[in-house]
Amino acid sequence: MTKKQKKMLVRILAAAALLVALHFVPSEGAARFVLYMIPYLIVGWDILLKAGKGIKNRQMFDECFLMAVATVGAVALAVYTGSGDYTEAVAVMLFYQVGEWFQSYAVGKSRRNISALMDIRPDYAHIERDGRLETVDPDEVAVGTVIVVQPGEKVPIDGIILEGRSTLDTAALTGESLPRDVAAGDEALSGCINMSGLLKIRTTKEFGESTVSKILDLVENASSRKSKSEDFISKFARIYTPAVCLAALALAFVPPLAQLLILQAAPGWETWIYRALTFLVISCPCALVISIPLSFFAGIGGASRAGVLVKGSNYLETLSKTKIVVFDKTGTLTQGAFAVSGIHHSRLKDEKLLEYAALAESASSHPISKSLQRACGKELDRSRVRDIREISGQGVTAVVDGRSVAAGNDKLMASLGVAPIPCRGAGTVIHMAIDGQYMGHILISDVVKPTAGQAVAALRAAGVRKTVMLTGDGKKAADQVAAELGLDETYSELLPADKVEKVEALLAEKPAGAALAFVGDGINDAPVLSRADIGIAMGALGADAAIEAADVVLMDDDPLKIAKAIRISQKCLAIVYQNIVFAIGVKLLCLALGAFGYADMWLAIFADVGVMVLAVLNAIRALWVKNL
Amino acid sequence: MKKTYKIEVDCANCANKMEAAACKTPGVESCTVNFMALKMHVEFEEGQDPKAVMEQVRKNCKRVEDDCEIYL
Repeated sequence: MTKKQKKMLVRILAAAALLVALHFVPSEGAARFVLYMIPYLIVGWDILLKAGKGIKNRQMFDECFLMAVATVGAVALAVYTGSGDYTEAVAVMLFYQVGEWFQSYAVGKSRRNISALMDIRPDYAHIERDGRLETVDPDEVAVGTVIVVQPGEKVPIDGIILEGRSTLDTAALTGESLPRDVAAGDEALSGCINMSGLLKIRTTKEFGESTVSKILDLVENASSRKSKSEDFISKFARIYTPAVCLAALALAFVPPLAQLLILQAAPGWETWIYRALTFLVISCPCALVISIPLSFFAGIGGASRAGVLVKGSNYLETLSKTKIVVFDKTGTLTQGAFAVSGIHHSRLKDEKLLEYAALAESASSHPISKSLQRACGKELDRSRVRDIREISGQGVTAVVDGRSVAAGNDKLMASLGVAPIPCRGAGTVIHMAIDGQYMGHILISDVVKPTAGQAVAALRAAGVRKTVMLTGDGKKAADQVAAELGLDETYSELLPADKVEKVEALLAEKPAGAALAFVGDGINDAPVLSRADIGIAMGALGADAAIEAADVVLMDDDPLKIAKAIRISQKCLAIVYQNIVFAIGVKLLCLALGAFGYADMWLAIFADVGVMVLAVLNAIRALWVKNL
Repeated sequence: MKKTYKIEVDCANCANKMEAAACKTPGVESCTVNFMALKMHVEFEEGQDPKAVMEQVRKNCKRVEDDCEIYL
């Protein structure tokens, strides 16, 4: 609680206690008036003061003014009719203040909650000077400085590891605890927690440009990009309050005058003025105006905790309407790294064939050779290989263990006079011939991510109607991946410009109200990311360009997160709509009841404060996204 | 030119009112008030002095909502 809130709480409690006490003290006339004015002024003096200032500044129709008019009106009515029933006026003011207090408490609490969730900002950096560690503000560390990070500490600034070996925990950035082993020469990203060994890091960025600062900045400012729902509500609030006030004015004068002039009956001023005053109590738009931004703020905060950065409330809103998801293939659905996916027709043991291939290719640093060496899995004894000849565009020949080995494509086989068996799989095929005999082939392809199939199914479950894959790869490879994952449409052999065109075509034919999301790795698909309704970049940890270009950033590269992001947005928007409908509905209902005399001020104060409390509590639910 | 200021305001509707008041101030191209983050983002018109404009923005905001503050 802040000082202001504590003071207010004391005033509220004092006034409430007094009001209860006065209930048991019999009093009459002027004494009664004076006695009841004590709790009224204790709890409401600042409202009256603000209302006065509002009138001076010609700012009618603010909450203070409305509450002041309603309560002063109720008191005046009690004096005029001689009923001496001041409790209602004091209670209205009291509950109004309780509502205000609760709102300020809840908002402060969720602000703190979210900043605690995002408590990844490093407070200090260690620099070694003359053999001793010195603690400095990370803001003051120049690029190129060597910083020391001890086990258990956060890496404060992005850099390259100079010395040391450790495991980094990226949970704070990605939402998932995936320890990464690092050693000298690797990149260390700020925000990661150093788990085991001492690391010396040469910084490559300033603190303000480092990953952790960028992420925090992005999340903090996300709620500044307002959603359509927020715009709707602020417009509504601007009309709602004056409209209700005018209605109150009409209610106070039209029916009694009509009764007096047309029906020649008693005007019943007190009844109608009382009804008008209840109108004023209901006219405050607080519940709506606070709960909508609060829901978005909580939703964005919860999402960022799960490793999903949403760059604005508007994007969260659009994301929830996603009906078409377009994927880039490489790096999104597949790992973007080559791996051996099959060994076919081998006349040797598979491992043996793989070993020969790896040895023959051992001199090359081509990704395909690398994948062979990785698949082989053991340390290669280069002394077994000699006479390596790379034949550009064909493959390699070499002598391994005294046998002549050829590894390459159809052309290489043809030049050796060997007939290869064609491969039915999609990818790069390496035919092997040993001593002039065909020995089988190795299929190397981009590997589908283990969760990609689940991710597509999860998207369907989240209400996505169409999944599309775009790729620059060959048709065979693309169709195979699409079939494996159960995608609806595939477009292959596309140039980057074609991807934009395809997305535009898909945008043109999508139904109104549905949003199209494009998911890419953010590296070379920036134009497509910005063209789609929602651009989602994956695996963006450490990739500034991707964070820049996308509307939604997934910190790790797990495609399941796409569906999670959509579910988070749907939950948040569901809460927003619940609040809008609930708050407007209850208020309109109470207005109607009030006009016909079925609602007294007690109900009116529920419509105002009660609805606000419920809406705020509902809004905070948006923060809980763990089990989505 | 764009600048961001820290603000202090108690209620969400007041924040909306501040936003409207700031937007109407001469020299301000556009303005967004983020109630949850308690920040005001102001985009100034070409060739305006942000300091002078912000003084006026603060004055206008105080007029619509007495209980607010903009930290310049």
